[in-house]
Amino acid sequence: MPTKPELLDVRDLKVHFPLRGGVFDRLAGRDAGSVKAVDGVSFTLNAGEVLGVVGESGSGKTTLGRAIVGMAPVTGGTMRFEGDDLVSLRGNERRAARRRLQMVFQDPHASLNPSMDMLTAIGHPLRIHGVTKDEAEIKHRVSETLERVGLSPVERFLYKFPADLSGGQKQRAVIARAIILGPALLVADEPVSMLDMSVRAKILQLMIDLRDDLDLAYVYITHDLASAKFFCDRIAIMYLGRIVEIGPPSQIYDDPRHPYTRALLEAIPDPGVRREVPRDLPRGEVPDAAAPPLGCSFHPRCPHAFAPCGWESRDLRTLLDDRWAGQAEEVFERERGLLGDLTVLDRPATRATIPAGRGHNGDDVNELLERVRASDPAEPFWRGVERIDVRSSEAEVGFRTGVDPELVRSGEAEVACHLYDEYAPLAAD
Amino acid sequence: MSVSDLRITAPGSDTVLSVRDLKVWYGTPRGAVRAVDGVSFDLRRGETLGLVGESGCGKSTLGRGVLGLLPTAAKTAGSVVFEGQELVGASIRDLRRLRGPSLGLIFQEPMTRLNPLLRISEHFDETLRTHETSLSKAQRRRRSLDALGSVGIPPTRFDNYPHEFSGGMRQRIMIALVLVLNPAMVVADEPTTALDVLVEAQILRILADIKSSYDTAILLITHNLGIVAEACDRVAVMYAGKIVEQGDAAEVFQGPQHPYTAELLRSTISLSTTELHSIPGAPPDLVDPPPGCRFHPRCPSAMKVCAERVPLTVGSELGHDVACWLRVPDHLIGVGGTVPLERQEIARADEA
Repeated sequence: MPTKPELLDVRDLKVHFPLRGGVFDRLAGRDAGSVKAVDGVSFTLNAGEVLGVVGESGSGKTTLGRAIVGMAPVTGGTMRFEGDDLVSLRGNERRAARRRLQMVFQDPHASLNPSMDMLTAIGHPLRIHGVTKDEAEIKHRVSETLERVGLSPVERFLYKFPADLSGGQKQRAVIARAIILGPALLVADEPVSMLDMSVRAKILQLMIDLRDDLDLAYVYITHDLASAKFFCDRIAIMYLGRIVEIGPPSQIYDDPRHPYTRALLEAIPDPGVRREVPRDLPRGEVPDAAAPPLGCSFHPRCPHAFAPCGWESRDLRTLLDDRWAGQAEEVFERERGLLGDLTVLDRPATRATIPAGRGHNGDDVNELLERVRASDPAEPFWRGVERIDVRSSEAEVGFRTGVDPELVRSGEAEVACHLYDEYAPLAAD
Repeated sequence: MSVSDLRITAPGSDTVLSVRDLKVWYGTPRGAVRAVDGVSFDLRRGETLGLVGESGCGKSTLGRGVLGLLPTAAKTAGSVVFEGQELVGASIRDLRRLRGPSLGLIFQEPMTRLNPLLRISEHFDETLRTHETSLSKAQRRRRSLDALGSVGIPPTRFDNYPHEFSGGMRQRIMIALVLVLNPAMVVADEPTTALDVLVEAQILRILADIKSSYDTAILLITHNLGIVAEACDRVAVMYAGKIVEQGDAAEVFQGPQHPYTAELLRSTISLSTTELHSIPGAPPDLVDPPPGCRFHPRCPSAMKVCAERVPLTVGSELGHDVACWLRVPDHLIGVGGTVPLERQEIARADEA
C-alpha cells in the first residue's frame, strides 16, 4: 500500500492554563502555577487515517482535540496541517485552514441550534465561509450531504428542527454539518458515547464509510478502547496531559505495554466473557492536574510501580488513609493519635516529615510506619522509600527522587514507562 | 418445558421482592404511555438482577415503580410484594417508612445527589437520626464510619464537604449512605454511567462485595450488557415495557433465546466484537405499540403469528423464561402461523 501524504504533524504541543492564585500571591508576584492540560504531545497523521486518542476524564484528550481546531489556547509547540502551522496562522489564512478541519462534539442535543431547521443549520458553514449565498445552491449541497449521512429521503429532513430528531439522527446531522465544506480532517470528540448501545454501531459505521468514500482522516477522541478498536489505524493512550503509549491497534490490544493501557483493557466489561471484576485494578482516580504527582504521573495508581517512579509525601498520606478505611474505629483513633498534623504531607516533596502526636515521639511514628509496612510488604510504595530518620518528635521518610519517563520505542509502539527504559533492571529488585 | 400465559411460582422464603403483572402507565395528551406493561419477576436475598434494554424501554420506570417513586401522573396496577407487604396501593406514609431502612436507591449522577452545604458526616447523621432514632451520637458515628470503610472512604475524610471528593468517591459515599441503614433491597439505576471505566470497575467490585457481606438484593438497571455479565447473577431483558427474556446471566448471554437479546448482544461493541452490527429501527412509541409481539417489526426471524398474537411465555425448570413464538411448540401456534412474516423495509430515515 502506498503511503498516504502527511496531513497533520503535531510536535511537542502544549496547552497550559495559568492558575490565578490568590490576591497576595499576585501582589507578591508569585506564580500560582498552571494546569498542564496538554503537556508535550507529538504525533503525525496521514490523509485518510484515523488516530484514536483514548483516556479517562481529565487526561487532556478533549483539550488536545480542541487545540487542533483552534478552540483551546496553544502555549507551545507546532501543528503543521497541510503544510501550514496552525498555531501561527491568523485571520483569513486560519479561516481557510478551518474549512479543511472540522469538529464533531459529544452531545448532539447541545450541538444543534434548536431554532434552526436542518437546511439552515447544515448550510450554515457554506454561508459563514462565504462559499455561496445562492439559496438553490445551498439547498442542493445540503440535500447531497444529508443523503450521504443517511438522512434520506432528504425532503423529510430539510425542514425538520432538532427537536424532531432522535439522538442518532441528530448526530448524523452534526456530522453532515461538519463535512459539508469538504474537510480533510474531522476531530470527533466522543461522538457515540451519548448514544444508546444499539445506535453506536450505526454512527461508527457511518464514520467508517465517510473515511472510505471521502478519504477523510479522523482524530477520534474516546474513553472507550472497544469502539476505537474498529476504527483506528493508530491509538494514543493519554494520561494527565501526556501520551503514555502510542502504536498500532495490533500491539495496543494484543500486547499492551504500559500498565495504564493494560488496566484500561482489563476494565472493559464484556458480555461474551463471564468473569469477575479484576482484582488488581489501579486504585484511586485521575489526580488533580494542577498538582500532578512527581515522577511518572501514573505511579500512585500503578500496580507495577517501583523505585524510580516518583514516590513522595502525598503517597504516604494516601497509604495511611487506605489503611484506616479498612480499620475499626478504635484502631483508627489509636493510630491517628500517634501522629500529629498530617496536612504537612499534602505538599509534594521527596522528604516527608511526620510529626508525632501529643504525648508521643518519633519512635512511635516509626513503629507505626513499620507496622503498616509489615501488614503489606508487597505494597509498591515501599520500593520508593530510601530511609526513615527517627528524631525526638518526628520521623522523616526519604524517597528516591523520581524520574519522569519519556516515550521510548518498544516493539511497534512507543511507551513512556520505566519498565521499558534504562531503569527497567531496577524493577526486578 | 412448561407453557403458561403467566408463570406463577410460589415465592420462596428467601424471596425479597415479588413483582406480578406490574403495569405503570403515564397519562399524556396523546393517550396513555404504557412504560411498564405486565412485568413479573422475583428477586432473592443476596442476588443481583440486571435489568437491560435500550433507552425508552421502561427500565427506569420499573425501578422507580418498585420503590413507589413515580410522578402523580403515573397509574400503577398489578402487585409488588416486598417482604410480605404489598406496595401497590400502599399509603405514602407506609412507603416512606420502608424507603431507607428497607429499600435503598442509588442514583445515576453522584455529582448532584449530595448536599453541597453539608459535610459528609452531617449527611450520615441526618440519615441515621431520621431512621434509627434510638442510636446515640457515638453509635451513629461508628455505624457511618463502618459503612464508609466498606466502600473504601477513610475516616480522615469524614468531615469533608462533597466538593472535596472526586466523582467516583462521591458515588462510593452515596452507596455508603444507602448501606448504613442496611436495606434488604437496593435499586441501582445506572450507577456507573457517568464514571470512567476504571472507576466503574471499582464501583462494580464494591457492589459485588456488598452483595456478599450485607446479603443485599440488588436490582441493577443498566444499558451495558457487559456490566450485567460482570456483576449480575440473573438478567431480565426489557423491550417496550415488557420483560422478553429472563434467567441466569451466564446462561442467557451464552444461549440467548429471544431474538431481541441476541440482537442486543450482537450490537454491543466490546473487545471481542469482530464486526459492527446494529438493530434496524428504534423502540416503538409506547402510546401505540405494535400488535402481537412488540419486537416483530425489527425482528430478523418474525413469523406471521408474531404480528397477530402476544407471545406466550415459555419457562424452563431453571427459571429461564422467554416470551417468543419461536420457542413455543408449533401446535399452539396454529396453521400457517409459522410462515415467515413479510417484512416491511424499515426506512433508513426511521433509523435512530
